[in-house]
Parts: sequence; structure tokens; C-alpha cells
Amino acid sequence: MSIDYSALRGEIASLSRRRFVQGLAVAGAIAPLGAWSKTPWALRANGQPEILSGTDFSLSVSETWLNYTGRRRPAVTVNGSLPGPVLRWKEGSTVSLLVRNDLPRGSIHGPDTSIHWHGILLPANMDGVPGMSFDGIRPGESYLYRFKVNQSGTYWYHSHSGFQEQGGQYGALIIDPLEPEPFDYDRDYVVFFSDWTDMDPAKLFARLKKMSSHDNHHQRTVADFLRDVEKNGANATLEDRKAWGRMRMTPTDLSDVNAETYTYLVNGTTSLGNWTALFKPGEKVRLRLINGSAMTYFDVRIPGLKMTVVAADGQYVHPVTVEEIRLAAAETFDVIVEPAGQDAYTLFAQDSARTGWVSATLAVREGLRAPVPPLDPRPLLTMADMGHDHGMGGQDAMAGHAGHDMSGHDMSSMSGMAGMDHGAMSMQSHPKTEHNNPLVDMQTMMPMPRLDDPGIGLRGNGRKVATYADLKSRFDDPDGRDPGRTIELHLTGHMEKFAWSFDGVKFAQSEPLKLNYGERVRIVLVNDTMMSHPIHLHGMWSDLEDAHGNFHLRKHTVDMPPGTKRSYRVRADALGRWAYHCHLFFHMESGMFREVKVEAQS
Amino acid sequence: MSTKRLVAALTVFFCVAPAWAQHQGHDMHMAPAKKAPAKTAPAKKASSMDHSQMDHSQMDYSKMDYSKMDHSKMDHSKMDDAPGNTAGAPVPVPTEADLAAAFPPVHAHHLHGTSIQSYTLIDRFEVQHGDGVSRQAWEASGWIGGDVQKLTWRTEGHAHDGKVERASAELFYSRGIRPWWDVVAGVRHDFGQGPSRQWVGVGIQGLAPYKFEVNATLYVGDQSRTALRAGVEYDTLLTNRWILQWHAEANAYGKDDLSLGIGSGLSNIEAGARLRYEIDRKFAPYIGVDHDHAFGRTADVRKAAGGKVGDTRVVAGIRVWF
Repeated sequence: MSIDYSALRGEIASLSRRRFVQGLAVAGAIAPLGAWSKTPWALRANGQPEILSGTDFSLSVSETWLNYTGRRRPAVTVNGSLPGPVLRWKEGSTVSLLVRNDLPRGSIHGPDTSIHWHGILLPANMDGVPGMSFDGIRPGESYLYRFKVNQSGTYWYHSHSGFQEQGGQYGALIIDPLEPEPFDYDRDYVVFFSDWTDMDPAKLFARLKKMSSHDNHHQRTVADFLRDVEKNGANATLEDRKAWGRMRMTPTDLSDVNAETYTYLVNGTTSLGNWTALFKPGEKVRLRLINGSAMTYFDVRIPGLKMTVVAADGQYVHPVTVEEIRLAAAETFDVIVEPAGQDAYTLFAQDSARTGWVSATLAVREGLRAPVPPLDPRPLLTMADMGHDHGMGGQDAMAGHAGHDMSGHDMSSMSGMAGMDHGAMSMQSHPKTEHNNPLVDMQTMMPMPRLDDPGIGLRGNGRKVATYADLKSRFDDPDGRDPGRTIELHLTGHMEKFAWSFDGVKFAQSEPLKLNYGERVRIVLVNDTMMSHPIHLHGMWSDLEDAHGNFHLRKHTVDMPPGTKRSYRVRADALGRWAYHCHLFFHMESGMFREVKVEAQS
Repeated sequence: MSTKRLVAALTVFFCVAPAWAQHQGHDMHMAPAKKAPAKTAPAKKASSMDHSQMDHSQMDYSKMDYSKMDHSKMDHSKMDDAPGNTAGAPVPVPTEADLAAAFPPVHAHHLHGTSIQSYTLIDRFEVQHGDGVSRQAWEASGWIGGDVQKLTWRTEGHAHDGKVERASAELFYSRGIRPWWDVVAGVRHDFGQGPSRQWVGVGIQGLAPYKFEVNATLYVGDQSRTALRAGVEYDTLLTNRWILQWHAEANAYGKDDLSLGIGSGLSNIEAGARLRYEIDRKFAPYIGVDHDHAFGRTADVRKAAGGKVGDTRVVAGIRVWF
């Protein structure tokens, strides 16, 4: 097996193996990278990211000026590159990572920084969340991360400070396993997707607060109305417009930020840069797909090739062969492809709202390209997508809409019904904190797990799309105990105000969710919004259950499309205070965040 | 007017406004979906539940508030030997070092969701032309604050040859009380030609079903004057850039204010439509037409002064927000 990572850029690589004395507050002799100006093509020797492997790492977080759109803009980078270097660890080893804050004074991305190792199990003080794990890394200071690596697979790292993740502070993690992997391959590539904006990310957040629909240039118009009347008749069209009008929402609202604002990147380069993965016909190529974007769901496919998914979020799954896969923000999937018969294939990733795309190439030599497919048609959200209508007709479907006075329905009588038949019609109940809450614009009525749903915009497209139902862990429930209790949390928000929360309560007003060290709990999530949310629990696995409540798929980030109710098991085997949040960074920033506190019983 | 009466008026209005807002939400009344037969079982204390005998996948726990549970009374040791629990190495007993690593001393966390934002919308900044007379007019509003509580302001007025004829400026505290409704309370100052007027006002503003932007404010001023101002706006998307904005505003007064040409009762309604082209989201030139019509005693006053009851104008201007 050969690995196609070129070691490159001696000036930075030389930093990688630097041994340092533990406890030293400042690493010696790291050249400040902050002042360097770099262009993206200079960062891609042969188009491959830099790879640092071993146990001791020295990382510098700094500002690097990049030009993706014709404008030079300051990115926040690790060791001067975007994405940062691929870090390659070995399962069972203890890694030391000295992270130094070299952000220049006055940087739009500053002042403090941090690195969070996404999906890695480690002591709480190594998790890199400012205010929970540690105090963050102040300008000019360093923090020594040191922990034993007890897992293997494909992961990633990113900043948990301010809007730095949107600004470019992210990179891939590869952990080589102790045991041989249950699949083989000849080549191995990281494929790191991200969304770049020229805007100051803080200003982008402010813009969302002022006008959350800013990027939606595909709202329904008078012309659409007339076309629908012609197609579906006046009554049906009016009913449809009335249903959406009553909700003050729009079925074209598929994402908050899209290609109007973003330039999509793969391994830090645009489609023009044509990142290329080389292969020889007949070889098996492993692609480690990582969605390191701030706000984007990517639908990824390679026209002409089937992909065999072998791992999800770093954990082995029973191989399943698909033609397309949706990557929620922060998810990772390892796929194996066997290109043969063509000299070049396009790796195509479009955003879920169908506003933009990024492509790369798999080819037998540099400089080739294959045709890029057109964007798929834009889907429209339906009431059913939001769990509002299961064939009852549009009228009843709206009854659960916030703002409607539900006081007449006695919801309290619906709790604690053991043996309730979910197959039958049943109204979803909601936490009291959502009732008449100015920050909750909607509630779902009949949410379902929908694990076998390819997702909005992917249904019936003639391609086999990987679903959570298709992906099954290669191992049995590693804990084995039934959950001792169930915690239900609702994902809530207000589109217009761009306010996001759990149970209608933003982080600032919330109490920590307390778990007892060693217990096995079930977390049930109900999505009361019209957006998808990738929910990430730090420090512990999220063991997704199937529709019958059995262990199904080990994840660190669970995608929650609108109108879904999904459950997962958590083994609370990690003491400490852990972040728990939506991984759409602007949703997190506006309050969709909780602290999970795992404490030992005294 | 005495302060006491003012306070009383404000109080009454604050009590009425939420009810009114809630009432606005009633037009989506419909039959509730079929409910499964509900057994009213009070939520039991978890400590007394026999988890091994229950199928949790079928339970609705959303009504149980775990955050308030007293964990000290729960016997977790019994969980391990419940039937059906086979695997799962027990968690190690934490050492002092583990505890130190798990709970390092940290300072306060950045509180997600507490950002203060601001918004300024110059909705109309225009030249009006009607009856051979050219005037300038504006309408702007904005806010600064969080998701629920904001400081909001509004101003509107018209000028002739660069001199303000009549204008108002308002400053309000606004608070979200329902998903789509804010209650506002604050002050208004009218100025221009003629005497200035000061008011305190309470009102409601929000997005009605079908996306009508509405606001209504009740004012109480000196010399026991009262006024009501209500407005509505609606956008029709001809395309995603050509947008037709409809608007109407009505003013009513409790008593005559003859020095300003105002009679009691419904005084005037101004309504119009503006077609704007969004060059980008934040900047849009527009053209439109406006009609101002006086009613009742105000119409009489205008006629007596030799003016016209109705006035139609062609307008052109720009709309900007930031």
C-alpha cells in the first residue's frame, strides 16, 4: 500500500518533529508564520496537503492572507495552510500537541484561539472548548494538549473560538489502527470539504441576524404562482400558499448561507484549482470524506463510480455500496472506489440547497478533467418534511404550529404512555419552555426517525444514496446495557430572528444537562424546526438507535433533518464538562448549545 | 394629563396587547390531529421505575423534567445487573488525577446566543411629485439589542425645498412576546412647521399570517391628546429582484389639533405601492405611486383651508439597509 501524501514545504515540516519539554509555556524558535503572505496555490505542493505524523506536534495558529475569489482576505490557519496539516496519529500512542497562538494583534479572527479534536475521546481538559475544557489560548501563548489515543479512523480538528472555524482553522486527523482494517486499498486520500467566505465571519453572523433569508434568491414569485395554478389548479395552489403563509415561512428555505456567499473548497482549493487524486486503473482508492464546513451540507458523488462506505465518523460500518452520500456538517465517511475504464472521474459535491458546487478529479495523471454534472434541481420543502402532514390533508397539518393557541389541547395527558403505538397517529408533545416562546416559530407534530430517508433533494433521483439505515456499525453495542433513562431534547429556533436553541432555551439561559458517570442514557432528539441540524456531543459517542430502539450506528455527529425524531445511546464514561451543540456554527453561536456535565456519584 | 393616568393607561394596554396578539394567531384554528387514547399517568419518579420491564422506545418522556431530578436518590448501582445487560466493561473508578483533568479551573464560557446586534432600514428615501409640487420624504426604522429585547426607533416625514414640513421620531423599548409579535413602549416627538407635539405610546408590531408586516401604536400626549397610528406592508415578489411593496398607514386622533390641520377621528390614510429593484439585498432603487386621503373632520379642515382632500403623487427613491 502506498500513501500519496507528499512530504512538502520543509520550512513548516521542520517544525513537526520538534521535541519539546513538557510544561514549557512557549515553544522555542518557532518562526512566526503570521506575517507570511501566501497564495493558495503555493500551499498545495502537488495539490496534496501537508501531513505530519508521529507523537509530538508543534502547531501554530496564525493569520494567512489567501485569495480565493480575486480578493486577498485574512484566513485563520494552522501552520500557515488551509486546511491545516493532516495529523497522523497511531492508536495506542500518547500524542503531545503544542498549540501556539500566533494570531497578529488586531486580527479579525482573534484574539484567543483553541483546537478541538472532533470526535476524539480524551480527558475533558484536552477537549479544547474555551470556558469548559480550558481558558483558550491567548495571543503569544501556547497550550500543550497531551492524551492517549484510544481509537482509530478518520476525524478532524477545528477551532472552538469565535468564528475561527468559518475563517479556515480546521484540518484532518487520521488515526492508524493497531489491528488491521477490515478492508484493503492501494491509495489513501483525505478529501476535506469546506465553505469559504470573503466576509468577516462575525459580519456574516450579524447579517443573518438582520436578514436570515439574505442568500435565498429562489423564493417563489408571482410567476411560480401562475405556473402552479396551471399545473395543480387554483384551489390547490391557494391552499399551499395559505399553509406556508400562515406559518410565515417559505418552502424554498433550504439553507441559511449558500453559494451566494460561499466559495466551496475541497482540500483548500476551488474547482478551478482541480485538486487531483491519482490512481492506476484497477487500484482501490480510499477517500476520507470530511465535511469541515461551517454551514454547508454537501451531497457527494463521483459520476461513473460507485462508492463503498466502510466507515462513518471514523468507525467501521458494514460495507455498503452507494452512488451518492450526504455529508452533514462535521460528519466524516470513508469510502472505497475502484476507478477503471476512464482516465479521469469528477468528484462532485453540491450544497444541499443546489446553489453551488465544488469539484475535484480522480485521474491517472495530473492535468486531466472529466465532465462536471449540472446542479440537481432545487427541491421544495413540504409540510410532510417538517412532520406536519402524514396524509391528513393540509388543514390538520398546521395544528402544531407555534403561535396557534394549543392551550385547548391537554398535552400533559400525553406523557408517560408506556406502550403507546407510534404506528398510529399521535401528536408529539413539547416542552413547556416552547409554549408561547418568542424564539420558537414552529413545532413538529408527528416526527419520525426516517433513518431510511435519503434526505430532502435526494429522493428518487435515480441514484442509490446512503442513508443512516444503510450504515450499520460492524460491531455490537460496545456498552451492551439498556439505557437507564431517557432524556428528550427538542431542536428549536426562529428563522426570521435567526435564533436557535434546545427546548426553546438558549445556552445562556440553560442549566447543564447532568449525567452520572458510568450510566447509559438515551437521548431522544426532536427537530421542531424546518432546518437540518447536525448535533455533536463532545467526549462521548452517540450510538444511534434504529427505529426499534436497537443499537445501530456509532457516530459523533447525528444529523437531524426537519420533522425527525431520532434517538441515540450515550455511555457517560467521560467525566467533565462537555459541549453539546448544533454543528452549523452560526446556529451554535446563536444559542443552540448545551453543557453536558458528567459527574461521579459521591 | 397626570402621570398616574398615564401609568394606568400603559398598564391597561400592556395587558390587552398580548391578548390581542394571541388573538391574531387564531386564524389558523383547525381540528387537532387525532390523539392516541391518552392514559393520564402521572410521571413517576425514575427511581421507582422498573426499566427492565418497559419498552422505552414507546415512551414519551418529553414531559419529564430531568434537570430537576434529584440524582442523589437514584440507585444507579442496580442498573448494571438489570436483565439484558451483558457487555460493557464497567467504567474505571476515577483517580484524583482523572478528576483534576475532568474539572480544570476555567473562567466563564462565552455565552452563545447573547450577542447584541443592530439593524437600520431606510425603507423610503424619495422625491414625491404631485399637483406640480415636488417634496422629499423619508421613512426609516431600526433596532439594537438581542433576540427578545430591543431598543427600536422609527422616523418618518416629508420636506419641501429641504425644509421639514412635518415629521415624527420615535424611540421604543420592544419585547418579543410571541413568535411573531413584539410589544413596544416609548416616546414620540412630532416636529416641523407648526407646534411640536410629544407623546408616549404603546403598541404592537410583528408579522401577521401571510407575511403582512403590521404595527399599531396608541399615543397619549400633553393636553390629553390621544392618537392612533397603524401601518401595514406587504411584499409581492414579481421576481427575486423585482419586488412590489404595498403599504398603507392610517392616523386617528382623539381631539382636534387645528393648528396642525388635524380633526378628531380618522384623520388620513396614506397608501401606495413601490416597485423596487434589488441591485443587491441591501440597495434597491424604486419608483411608485402614493395616495394620501383625508377623512372626517380633517377633510373638512383641509377643505376650509382651500386644500384638497386627496392627493396622488408619483415617487422615486432608494431603499437601503445595513
